[in-house]
Amino acid sequence: MLNIKNLHASVEGREILNGLNLQVNPGEVHAIMGPNGSGKSTLASVLAGREAYEVNDGEILYHGENLIELSPEERARKGIFLAFQYPIEIPGVSNANFLKTAVNEVRKSKDMDVLDSKDFLKLMKDKMQLVKMDKSMTQRSVNEGFSGGEKKRNEIFQMAMLEPELCVLDETDSGLDIDALRIVSDGINALRDGKRSFIVITHYQRLLDYIVPDFVHVLYKGKIVKSGPKELALELEEKGYDWIKEEVEI
Amino acid sequence: MSEDLKIIDEVTSGEYKWGFVSNIESENAPKGLSEDIVRFISAKKKEPEWMLEFRLKAFRHWQKMQEPQWANVNYPKVDFQDIIYYSAPKPKKQLNSLDELDPEIKATFDKLGISLLEQKRLAGVAVDAVIDSVSVKTTFRQELSKLGIIFSSFSEAVQEHPELVKKYMGSVVPYTDNFYAALNSAVFSDGSFCYIPKGVRCPMELSTYFRINSAGTGQFERTLIIADEGAYVSYLEGCTAPKRDENQLHAAVVEIYAHTDAQVKYSTVQNWYPGDKDGRGGIFNFVTKRGLCAGERSKISWTQVETGSAVTWKYPSVILKGDYSTGEFYSVALTNNYQQVDTGTKMIHIGKHTRSTIISKGISGGRSNNSYRGLVRIGKQAEKARNFSQCDSLLLGDKCGAHTFPYLECANPTAKVEHEATTSKVGEDQIFYCNQRGISTEDAIGLIVNGYCKEVFNQLPMEFAVEAQKLLAVSLEGSVG
Repeated sequence: MLNIKNLHASVEGREILNGLNLQVNPGEVHAIMGPNGSGKSTLASVLAGREAYEVNDGEILYHGENLIELSPEERARKGIFLAFQYPIEIPGVSNANFLKTAVNEVRKSKDMDVLDSKDFLKLMKDKMQLVKMDKSMTQRSVNEGFSGGEKKRNEIFQMAMLEPELCVLDETDSGLDIDALRIVSDGINALRDGKRSFIVITHYQRLLDYIVPDFVHVLYKGKIVKSGPKELALELEEKGYDWIKEEVEI
Repeated sequence: MSEDLKIIDEVTSGEYKWGFVSNIESENAPKGLSEDIVRFISAKKKEPEWMLEFRLKAFRHWQKMQEPQWANVNYPKVDFQDIIYYSAPKPKKQLNSLDELDPEIKATFDKLGISLLEQKRLAGVAVDAVIDSVSVKTTFRQELSKLGIIFSSFSEAVQEHPELVKKYMGSVVPYTDNFYAALNSAVFSDGSFCYIPKGVRCPMELSTYFRINSAGTGQFERTLIIADEGAYVSYLEGCTAPKRDENQLHAAVVEIYAHTDAQVKYSTVQNWYPGDKDGRGGIFNFVTKRGLCAGERSKISWTQVETGSAVTWKYPSVILKGDYSTGEFYSVALTNNYQQVDTGTKMIHIGKHTRSTIISKGISGGRSNNSYRGLVRIGKQAEKARNFSQCDSLLLGDKCGAHTFPYLECANPTAKVEHEATTSKVGEDQIFYCNQRGISTEDAIGLIVNGYCKEVFNQLPMEFAVEAQKLLAVSLEGSVG
């Protein structure tokens, strides 16, 4: 589904990713870990097509199509979803209105009929349960005045609404207390259906207790330097990153 | 220019949809302004002597006045001798029913989405349709008259209700008030008149739709709304004009008089032709709007959505004379390309316990300039008066300007006045966030701006709010660059 080959990307002229390779098949969950500044969030931004990030070399194939050519909204409509590390506030625009616009844009791009208000409300009601979201949140302005936990929950709620094929979660666990972490993880797990794929970017093994990955990758200096099964995360938790750094430096 | 901004820029081709010219035969006064022209207009309208006197006094006063220079706008000097002051669609014959209305006029309003057919009314809106200098049709007059409500063109009111016109005209905006008010008082040709009797709640929205059609003309209409004790009315005003390369002058006067316990809500969607994207043409919109809360507990509320005109100069104001009276001003002013707006309000607190609220949202794109100018004056007697002002500016690009000029004069120590102001830019983060959910940049900006204006849109009557949102989306095209 997703095939990243020798990806080099920079921001403000500084190369952050240099020669990253990653293959994600349908239904797989890949965890990306790594020390600060290794390029984890850059990878998320490049996948989503953020403007400031420039791809200098390599390719990203998504269902065989070159992703780099596509605008952020085209990528989104083709099923790539980024759960933001810091969700953005849009004052005066209700969550419901925002999502209705988004859902219908995605549907239009697939030649599906747009949802009317009734069907949309029904869909919202179903999906809200996934993240135990309170009804009042749909009428509040997008992320405005939300607590850290509510913002992250809202990201997962949006993900559920848009039904993407590839979900990129950028440090979704940051700023969550243990209860919120559980709710958010349960939501994500409920969306694992054997076809949908996930790239879970995180600092901590803690999240992976809830969202059990198929693969764990260590990103260091813009490259994946080690990959392994879920046990690799435990090893990292215990030993830190120094041993990997040493391996790489040698 | 970044990719997002380029996409937006490409949509600049978004045209002013209301810029057509209708082929309506019209009867014009000769160009220029003189006592003879004033007499000509008055004679055309078969006005009584007192009306002519009023006009002449205004004209003589105007001749002694200077064009104001203090507004934060730049435009070529208006040549007042190069304007046609009276232009009326030529009547084919006496109109008895709508079927006999000039089909071209009817077609014009159909094209503008304004139905002059009463059976096709939308959510109960009565319309007074004004083309150039005259009112061509007022709907629902009979139904309203059963409640004692007078809703007619100004000219008809002069003929049929001279006592009311005489009593109230100029009582809120005297002809000496300012340069354009004086000019209007001298040459105004038509407009709407509305009187709501004691204790009556007007059952439908009243609206006036202004259309400039003829070239080289100025439009000088006058609206007078009187709400008697305990009356209520919600009034809407809309306006459009054809696209022309020259500038056209629109100098209107609106007066609202609210008696004890009366409430008047006046909403405007101002969509005069703003000129093309290089700043050619467009309407000069120099308007005096003022309400007087004469009685206790009366309330006047202005809501305006300003997207049109090349240059706008307009301060809908409220004089809070009655104790416990309330004044409100809600405004969205959007400028794009080379548009210039200097708008705001004046809240003059005279009575005790008077309250006013000002919510102003300025949005600037392109190379436009958008200024808020507001005065809050608390008089000596205005015990415990209260004002809250909030003036926000949103910038859509880096070549536009937003300015705020608040004036505060407080002569009573028990008064409480609050002022808040913010300036922000539509963030790339916000746009990217929307993009990532599948929403295009253009739609994202529309969404963000509409969200920003929500407080004001909430004040508009339902169908008008929808209209305003759509209008905003069209006016936003090509705003970032």
